[in-house]
Amino acid sequence: MNVIPLSAIDLSIAAILVLALAGLSFRLRLELSGQILVAALRTTVQLLLVGLILRLVFASKEPIWICLFGAVMIIAAGREVIARQSRRLKGWSGYGIGAGSIFLSSVAVLLLTLTVIVGADPWYTPRYAIPLLGMLAGNTMTGIALSMNTLTLAVSQNRSIIEQRLLLGQDRSQAIADLRREGMKAGMIPSINAMATAGIVSMPGMMTGQILAGSPVIEAVKYQILIMFTISATTGFGILLALSFVAWRLFDERHRLRLDRLQ
Amino acid sequence: MSRLRAENLVYRPEQKGPFSFIIEASSCLGLTGPSGSGKTLLLRALADLDPYKGLVFLDDSECSSLPAPAWRRQVGMLPAESQWWQPSVGEHVEDLDENLLLRIGFDRDVLGWSISRLSSGEKQRLALVRLLANKPRALLLDEPTKSLDSENVQKMESLVADYREKTGCSVLWVTHDEEQASRLGQTRFHLKAGNLVEIERSDR
Repeated sequence: MNVIPLSAIDLSIAAILVLALAGLSFRLRLELSGQILVAALRTTVQLLLVGLILRLVFASKEPIWICLFGAVMIIAAGREVIARQSRRLKGWSGYGIGAGSIFLSSVAVLLLTLTVIVGADPWYTPRYAIPLLGMLAGNTMTGIALSMNTLTLAVSQNRSIIEQRLLLGQDRSQAIADLRREGMKAGMIPSINAMATAGIVSMPGMMTGQILAGSPVIEAVKYQILIMFTISATTGFGILLALSFVAWRLFDERHRLRLDRLQ
Repeated sequence: MSRLRAENLVYRPEQKGPFSFIIEASSCLGLTGPSGSGKTLLLRALADLDPYKGLVFLDDSECSSLPAPAWRRQVGMLPAESQWWQPSVGEHVEDLDENLLLRIGFDRDVLGWSISRLSSGEKQRLALVRLLANKPRALLLDEPTKSLDSENVQKMESLVADYREKTGCSVLWVTHDEEQASRLGQTRFHLKAGNLVEIERSDR
């Protein structure tokens, strides 16, 4: 199970491809070359840094470092959710809802996976805990960002309809039930598509990585299935939580639509 | 028999008021005033759709003593432009009294009509039927006859008058039409520059 190590030259050859793409898009005036280069640079620096940190965390096996690492991940995920909102909730509630829902949903599923399903010894073995948390939190983040954006945008565009429904005596959850459904759909579609096309249209990244790194193929497949299921569940529960909080913030206790709470 | 009473009502956004008034059971108050004087906002406050200060009572029950959806079913507001969110008319109403439909110039078939084929006048008339299906005890009507021809204006006025007399419902009717205001209202108010002024009837 030996991995063929990659040298700096190997990575440089791959980097030349990205540079060529950036050069071409500059020539074609696509105004993308800057973004491509910055993103490529960020990937390199961020992943190298994470690699260094992970090596330390894996070596120490101290739960405190795992918690710290996880906390940073979730704080960053919360920021990403907010950055992708075109009409975000004012104040701390937007950030709190995003980060809080990612935290509750991914940590709950992570604990279940680690203790009951994987059963590593000790259960918090960082080699399992950190990559799992990263995949759960990352996918949940995307789902929640899409869902929250869809819901807040739809609510601000459908103000008259929502208020009409309130005027006819519907309560706040009835008045936005349709829009909430749309939000849920928007966030879940990437996970559903990923499950439906896995192995046919796309080779899932984690499985490919494991196979490249020399794991037995069937083990890699089983882990991939585990990941797909847990990602979908975490994303779904996270979205449900986040949408409930958003819906709750968008109305006050007298079931009045409060668009003034959106930016 | 239900009367609607406002006590020191102050509402957004320019803190209009305080206004105090009573609409007696089975009576209609006609409200006129220039655009932007806050007539719609007054109705929204009474329907508890906007935050306000002061107290609003339907008979002896104060607004906040009821859950907001229950209050809005009893104090029914008809907005100037009605909204429809389902594909067909019938999906918007339960327990419809067919007589109401007939009175306002439709038959049962209208329930199957698709919303996209309704004219603005038809929407307005059907919105009143939809609202009355809730059996409200007070009605807040925001220029309900704006897009109607004279025949339908008359149908709508008489439908509201009959409902009011039959159920003892109190009605607040906002209109731009001075004539309509004096035709409908036992009492008449004019809202202008933040003042709510009662207009004496000249014909009595």
